[in-house]
This record gives sequence, C-alpha cells and structure tokens, in this order.
Amino acid sequence: MKPRTKRALWIVAGLGALGVAASLVLNAFQSNLVFFFTPSQVASNEAPRDRAFRIGGLVEAGSVTRDKDALTVRFRVTDTARTIPVVYTGLLPDLFREGKGVVAQGRIGTDGTFRATEVLAKHDENYMPPEAADALRKAGHPIDKAAFAGQKGKP
Amino acid sequence: MIPELGHFALIVAAALAVAQSALALTGAATGRASLMATARPVAVGLFVFVAAAFAALAYSFVSNDFSVLNVASHSNSQLPAHYRFAATWGSHEGSILLWVVMLSAWSFAVSILSRHLPERFVARVLGVLGVIAAGFLFFILLTSNPFERLIPAAEEGRDLNPLLQDPGMVIHPPMLYMGYVGFSVAFAFAIAALLEGRLDAAWARWSRPWTTAAWCFLTIGIALGSGWAYYELGWGGWWFWDPVENASFMPWLAGTALVHSLAVTEKRGTFRSWTVLLAIVAFSLSLVGTFLVRSGVLTSVHAFATDPRRGIYILVFLFFVVGGALALFAWRAPRVGLGAGFSAVSRESMLLANNVLLIVAMGAVLLGTLYPLFLDALNLGKVSVGPPYFEAVFVPLMTPALFLMAIGPLASWKRVALPDLWTRLRWALAISVVTALVAPLALGRWSPGVAFGLWLALWIAAATLAHALQRFSNASQRGFAAKIAAQPLAWYGMMLAHLGVAAFIVGVTLVKSFEAERELRMAPGDRAAVAGYEFTFKGTREIAGPNYTSVQGEFDVRREGASHSTVMLPEKRVYHASGQTMTEAAIDTGFTGDLYVSLGEPVENGAWGVRLYRKPFVDWIWGGCFLMALGGFLALADRRYRARSREASAELAGAATGRA
Repeated sequence: MKPRTKRALWIVAGLGALGVAASLVLNAFQSNLVFFFTPSQVASNEAPRDRAFRIGGLVEAGSVTRDKDALTVRFRVTDTARTIPVVYTGLLPDLFREGKGVVAQGRIGTDGTFRATEVLAKHDENYMPPEAADALRKAGHPIDKAAFAGQKGKP
Repeated sequence: MIPELGHFALIVAAALAVAQSALALTGAATGRASLMATARPVAVGLFVFVAAAFAALAYSFVSNDFSVLNVASHSNSQLPAHYRFAATWGSHEGSILLWVVMLSAWSFAVSILSRHLPERFVARVLGVLGVIAAGFLFFILLTSNPFERLIPAAEEGRDLNPLLQDPGMVIHPPMLYMGYVGFSVAFAFAIAALLEGRLDAAWARWSRPWTTAAWCFLTIGIALGSGWAYYELGWGGWWFWDPVENASFMPWLAGTALVHSLAVTEKRGTFRSWTVLLAIVAFSLSLVGTFLVRSGVLTSVHAFATDPRRGIYILVFLFFVVGGALALFAWRAPRVGLGAGFSAVSRESMLLANNVLLIVAMGAVLLGTLYPLFLDALNLGKVSVGPPYFEAVFVPLMTPALFLMAIGPLASWKRVALPDLWTRLRWALAISVVTALVAPLALGRWSPGVAFGLWLALWIAAATLAHALQRFSNASQRGFAAKIAAQPLAWYGMMLAHLGVAAFIVGVTLVKSFEAERELRMAPGDRAAVAGYEFTFKGTREIAGPNYTSVQGEFDVRREGASHSTVMLPEKRVYHASGQTMTEAAIDTGFTGDLYVSLGEPVENGAWGVRLYRKPFVDWIWGGCFLMALGGFLALADRRYRARSREASAELAGAATGRA
C-alpha cells in the first residue's frame, strides 16, 4: 500500500470513529431530554403521556398530606390558574414548603395524578426555580420579584 | 475606612494591570528592554495591591462591619470566626475578588520563577496575564464592587447561606480557583509562544509544570466539591451532572488532554498546534465556567448574580479573549510546522486517541450543559438534560481511553511492535481478567457491569505495576534500592496518577453496583437492616449550636452478628438568622465503605422519616482523585523542570515542593 493510500485510510477510519461517537452522543441526548410543562399545559393535555417530564409552580397552601408510612406525600402544584395533584414517595428536600416554588420530575398517570420520581431540592429558601416562575408568568400571575429576589437583593 | 482603602487598592491594582499589559507587550513587540523590564516589578505590585484589597474585605467580614453591604448580606455576628472569614468568598463579589487574587498570585509566581526564560518571552507571558487581570478588575470595579457601603449600617447581617457553613466550603473555592485560574498561565504561555512564533520543545518544557500544577489544584477542587455535596446535601450522591459541576469538569477534561499532549510536544516536538489549541481551550472553558456560574444564567447555590450587566460584561470579555486567541492561532499556527512522524501504533498515537476521546467527552458535556440554556434564551421552551445522558455518553467514550491508558506508558515513542507489547502485558491481562471475573462473586453478586468496571481498574493497576517492575529490572544500577532511586520523579508521578484513576474506577463501580438504600419511618426503638448492618433508632434530642438549634437523632449501628456498635448522630438544623432548615447527615467512614444516615421529616409520636445507606468503597472515588493530584505534584518536583542556572534551579525546586 502506498503511504498516501494508507494515510487516506487512517483519515477515513478516524472520521468513522468520530461519526460513531457523535451519533452515540446525539442519540443519548435525544432520548434523555426532559421537557418542562406548566400545570395549565398539563391540564390541557399538552404534556406527553408516555414520557417523563417536569412540572413546576407553587406548592398549593394546605394541600400537603402524608400517608401513614411517613414517606408517601401528596400535594398539589399550582400556577394559580390550574392545579395538578402530585404524589411522591421518599424524603423531601429541606426547602420544600407550602406556598413555595417547586419543580418535580416524573410521569402523569391515567388518573391525572403526577407521579414524581424526583422533587428538586433547591439551595435557598428565597430562591424561585426559574421553571416555577415561568409557569406563574404564563398563567398571568407573575410573582413579585422582590419576594423571590434571593439572597443578592439589596435590603 | 478599611473598606475605602480596600477599594482604593483595587483601583491601583486595575491601573497596574493595565500598565503591566501595555508596557510589557509594547516592550516585547518593539524590543525595548527597559519596557520589558517593568513586567516583573509591576506583577509583584499587582499582587500586593490585590492581596491588600482581599485582606481589607476579609477584615470587614471578620470584624462584623455591617456598614459594608456585602458583609451585611452574607455574614452574621453569630457566625463562627472561621466561617466569617470564608464568607469573604461566599458572595458573588467576594468570589470574583478571590479569582483575581489567584490570578495575581499565579502572575507573581511566574515573575519570580522565570529567571531562566528569555526576557521577551516572560514580558509577553506577564503582559497576557495582565490583560486578563485588567479585565476582571474592571469587572469588579464597574459591576461588582465588594466594598459598597450600606448607609445607614445594618444592625445585623443576613447570614451566610447555611449550606456554605461548612469546613468544605472554606477550602473548596480556593482550590478550585487555583486550578481554574492556573490554566491562565498555560494560556499566557501559549499566546506568548504564538506571538513569538516560537513553539518548540523548550516552550513545552517551560509550560508543563505550570499546567500540571493547575491541573492538580483543579482535581483537588473538584474532588472537594463532590465530597461536600455528598455529606452536605443529605442524599448521598457524589456527582449530579449539575451545570455548575460541569462548568468545572469541562476545563478538567481539556486540561487532562493538555497535560498529555504537552508531554508529546516536549519529548517529540509533535502535536504543537494541537497543544497550543488545547491550552487556549482549557482556559476558555475556565472563563465559560465563570460566565455560567457568575452570570446568573444558571440558578443554584453558586449563582448569586442576576444583574444582567455582569453577564454581558463577562460575555463580551469572553468573546474578546477567546476570539482574539483563536484568531491569533489561526493566523500563526500554520507557521508552526509539523514535528517528527510516528507510526500507527506508538505512544504518540495512543496519546492522540486519549486526547480525541477526552475532547469528544468534553464536547458532549458542553452540549448537555449549554443546549438547555440556548433553547431557553431563544424562548423555545424549557428542557433539562439529566444524568442518564451524561452516563450514557461517558462510559463508552472513556472505556477505550482507560484501556489505552494502561498500555500507553509501556509503548515506546515513534513505533512499537505489537508482539512485544503482548509479551510485556499478557500477565497483566490474564491476572486482571481472572480477578475481575471472580471478585464480584466475593462481593456478593456477579453482574457484567461490575466485572467490566473492576476489570478496567485492575487492568490499569496490573499494567502499571508490570511496567514498573520491568523498568526496575531493566535499570542499569546495582541493587534494587538504587534502581528505584534512579527513576525520575515525573515517572513516579505518572504511575501514581494512573493508579489513582484505577482507584477512582473501583469506587465508582462498586458504589454504583452495591450501594444499598432504605427510606423508612422509624419510631424510637425501631430497628432496620441495610446490607448486613442493623440500625437502631434511639430517639432525638435538642442541642444548641453557635448560630443554630438542632434536633439530633441517635442511631446505634452494628454489623449483623458483631457485638460492638457505633453511635451515629445525624442532625436537622434550623439556623437562627435565616430560619433555614439544613439536614446534616451522619457518616461512618471506612476503607471498604461508608454508613450514611440522614433525618427526613418528623411524624407523630417522635417517629421520623429516615434515610439509611450503605455506600461500599465510596471514599475510593475521592481517594483516587487525591492520588491523581499527588502524582501531579510529584511530577512537578522532577529535576528536569529545574532551571539551567543554579540560582533559578534552587528557586524552582523550592516552589515546586512549596506548592505541593
């Protein structure tokens, strides 16, 4: 084999390997994207039935109940226009509170209850998850910025 | 008064940074020695003034000066003194100041440790560092003044985020920033070399110890951050593929590639353009990381800023630095020329494969991190990319890299005969395969994943040891001790770092496969078994901390069948100033794994929701990282990097061990 042919073969092999890597990456990417929906969107059936997604909003005041085993929690997430019932089994993050913002990941059941596999822990009690803030804004009730300005706001 | 002095010191520092870059770069371009000679003293001055500004801010924090806005927002008089000091970098303003402190410290180190380098080259390196320092100092002065006064002064501060009140927080940011910012030196060397049109083995040799040092600090910084998340967030995870973690991991991947490609450039003169490009990429990713974390694009514990001016400033600066560097690269790199050729199976080709895989992996992390941000910025909806994506991509990409990692050090430069490699490695291969097939049974359960993970780790370890033994037996010295002493430290460093990777893989594989977890309700007196350990819940009591009150649970833990037991005390804290609740997990650390208990929510009659974990070999993950960093520091101490002149060599050696 001439050196030139050999080099060409190497380049083809290299490009082939890169192509395989790229397709691997993009395929994994495609199947692991998690989309976000507001409670209003979920209520109007815009969310997928067969795929996990995220919802966000406020934990409706007075909606949190616990089953006897202390681990299964039911609550409702609201964007002030519509509410979605959520059930979650497991320990909740420290900053989960009624009336505060929350983001949950899971699937919607046939009964319209959102079965959360993950309730996202956020780091600061004043912090509003951007998804939750977005849900409220879309529902026509933008939250008071100052109330959720987080720790950097001027006193 | 002190804050005003600090502010003034920052203004002087900004002027000095401008002078450092303008004078040194002009001097180097026109060949005027008097201008070039200003670089070193100005760099020293810059360091002194930035350090003074930092000291002023730290003083304001420690002395509870709540007339400073930054202190009033991020500290509290009840906060213990060491956390008040750490709170200096607990805010956006303070952490950017820490960034500049690190940058000026690295410039200072360059200015005193570069006497053996040509004057013009040093002037260019310091000039480039000056440009970066000026960019960040103006960022502080224009958008993030840490000394802004609050008039009238607050009675009491709003407290540091309780998550950050932790020993890990005291040490994690400085280490991480040392690493992040350290790549600026590699970047400055690359730019200086491009300006000079001089990219040779000597350049690689000068650049290598700086790059390795930065890489070591970054490794430690990331490991500390991961360890902090593990014990502080209370759900036992050690890596979340959170955008903020990715922001530190991307420069690490590029930096790892750079460390290896510098080796090729130094030894063989090849990969020159690629090495320069990697140096630019590694530092650019540090800047991207800073942008992501500090601009408020991401919102988490790290993102303090929502001021859009800050994001725009960093973005423009990023564009200027990265765009300028890449333009210079495009203009100058074609002149660099190619180095010596190498065959398809050689150490070069394996290191090339390592580099390509690392960079593809970095690109995959970049895609997963930035794509949601782009979509959001273009108003196309909100998405998130979860850990499954990163895991699905990382395992197949890193597997061939790790496989080659075992062979690379044995392969000779330029060309290696496959039969020869086979003879040298067949025992390592056989031993690793057999052990990996049997070991999972001993650990309780055989699965292909465990066997494969363990095989990779054992393969690396066995091949590394085989390499060491062959090298010792081939050494010409008499006596085993003399043979051991004759090997260079840089080689020992590489061996240690590679063994660190093996330890890391063991930790990841075993904790992923064998971790046991239970979430349950426990009333006082209840018992629960997890992975052969029995946990007895004794009840809770209230205790008072310096600035919090805490409910402390008491658990008796014993191995099934054992007589002695350990007491574990997880806590649920409520911090006075903020009213925030924090879960403090109790962890019993051991060589073969951790026991981990954290309290959830109280329920009726003194019962609690409780999480119990057994995490086998989890500490090997961080142990592996520290071995990697230790290996890097060992390599730094190598005689090779000591300068030609006696005086300079003494200094370099002192600095290398001093930093280690």
